[in-house]
Amino acid sequence: MAYSEKVLDHYENPRNVGGFAKEDEGVGTGMVGAPACGDVMKLQIKVGKDGVIEDAKFKTYGCGSAIASSSLVTEWVKGKTVEQALEIKNTQIAEELALPPVKIHCSILAEDAIKAAVADYKKKHVA
Amino acid sequence: MLKFPIYLDYSATTPVDPRVAQAMIPWLTEQFGNPASRSHAYGWEAEKAVEDAREQVAALVNADPKEIVWTSGATESNNLAIKGAAQFYKGKGKHIITLKTEHKAVLDTFRELERHGFEATYLDVQEDGLINMEAFRNALRPDTILVSVMFVNNEIGVIQPIAEIGEICREKGITFHVDAAQATGKVDIDLSQLKVDLMSFSAHKTYGPKGIGALYVRRKPRARLEAQMHGGGHERGLRSGTLATHQIVGMGEAFRIAREEMKIENDRVRKLRDRLLKGLQDIEATYVNGDMEHRVPHNLNISFAYVEGESLIMAIKDVAVSSGSACTSASLEPSYVLRALGRNDELAHSSIRFTIGRFTTEEEVDYTIDLLHKKIGKLRELSPLWEMVQEGVDLDSVQWAAH
Ligand SMILES: Cc1ncc(COP(=O)(O)O)c(C=O)c1O
Ligand code: FES
Repeated sequence: MAYSEKVLDHYENPRNVGGFAKEDEGVGTGMVGAPACGDVMKLQIKVGKDGVIEDAKFKTYGCGSAIASSSLVTEWVKGKTVEQALEIKNTQIAEELALPPVKIHCSILAEDAIKAAVADYKKKHVA
Repeated sequence: MLKFPIYLDYSATTPVDPRVAQAMIPWLTEQFGNPASRSHAYGWEAEKAVEDAREQVAALVNADPKEIVWTSGATESNNLAIKGAAQFYKGKGKHIITLKTEHKAVLDTFRELERHGFEATYLDVQEDGLINMEAFRNALRPDTILVSVMFVNNEIGVIQPIAEIGEICREKGITFHVDAAQATGKVDIDLSQLKVDLMSFSAHKTYGPKGIGALYVRRKPRARLEAQMHGGGHERGLRSGTLATHQIVGMGEAFRIAREEMKIENDRVRKLRDRLLKGLQDIEATYVNGDMEHRVPHNLNISFAYVEGESLIMAIKDVAVSSGSACTSASLEPSYVLRALGRNDELAHSSIRFTIGRFTTEEEVDYTIDLLHKKIGKLRELSPLWEMVQEGVDLDSVQWAAH
């Protein structure tokens, strides 16, 4: 299958690979997907006292489009507040990476990963 | 000098051997006659070429040339054999048996027969990919009329015990069909010994052209089947249609070369395959799929845990191989063959089939080993699963948020 240049770029040079300590106060961790489906994404955000995402890291087990989608969102969420991050839609990811229809679910997974990371962060901060 | 991508997908298809291509050319331009033309030299010479090729094909499998029927490939041969025999014997019974790991050309033909009132049994295979003989014996019924088992599996390269199955079928008077598309030039096939009634062949898996194949139809005892293609009555009425002389000549030459060179070639190819295996086994958490002993010399199917199949294929785009994951086809279905071996979906997804061939070099194999070491390392650094395993997490105990 032919990949867009942007997918290839993110795939060859993934941005922000890695992770933060899960327990840290300001860290939200989202893990979505399942090995049996062929894709698992782990997205972590590090949120400052002002509610702005200072840093993000990911690891992805999945196809090239899934890796590219998660690499892209780590770039996009940085500098956004957690509420702004929730506004990132899979259609924007798919458009930016020129994903073909069969790869839309990879971008959905990336959107879900953001939601899961934010939810985890919020859970730590309810009280 | 390496040429990229390195071709390691000889079970998908092979290049036409240059000697084969040479042999074919005159039959396109100069000697273009219709082998069925009885009234002039153009026809006679074409007919002779067709009959010479028939002898060459028969010689590779120790059959009588009269037992070879030309078709367009193994897909058509499988259809003709399975539908033809089932229809001929439908008055005797309606039960047919095959394996879950057969090629789609067999499985889908079985499904079609089910839609026409036949009852099919799809046998599980053992973890090593081989038929379970006891399960096979137990599946036989008084109304079983046809058994179809492949000689060599296209994905994992395992060789089924055809002789043993043939004995049982013959004893019970059941027609036995064998899809040998992946076997020619790889294993010895002696149809004077094997109790096989029908056997499918394809040229393009054995350095011949695409679009030509053959079906072996035993004469003694005579295998009976109904034609599926009607028309001018070619091939003793079993398969009508003007014979493609150039294709047939190509298949004949390809099978001649296979017969003469297979011993030396298989020794060479096996050494390369074993070199590849040794090089890849150094990588942690790799699993060979399918039995290594009852296996063709050119196949290696291996799963790399914790990396996903499609991203792996993408990472190693310098080598042309097949993946056990059909992720790209939007179905997200892992290989049904690996699943039948009891491999979990994850390992099925991350499997690669390497098939080595006539033109593979040691340099290519070494390059491939090195490339895989690098890329799997890189993908595992990216893999949350690998990270969890390193931390001692049991992945089976995790509650996944499946989507
Ligand atoms: C085991 C097996 N049977 C049948 C076929 C189909 O052969 P053909 O391409 O000649 O129709 C193949 C090739 O993909 C095969 O591997
Ligand atoms: S992860 Fe399988 S298609 Fe994207």
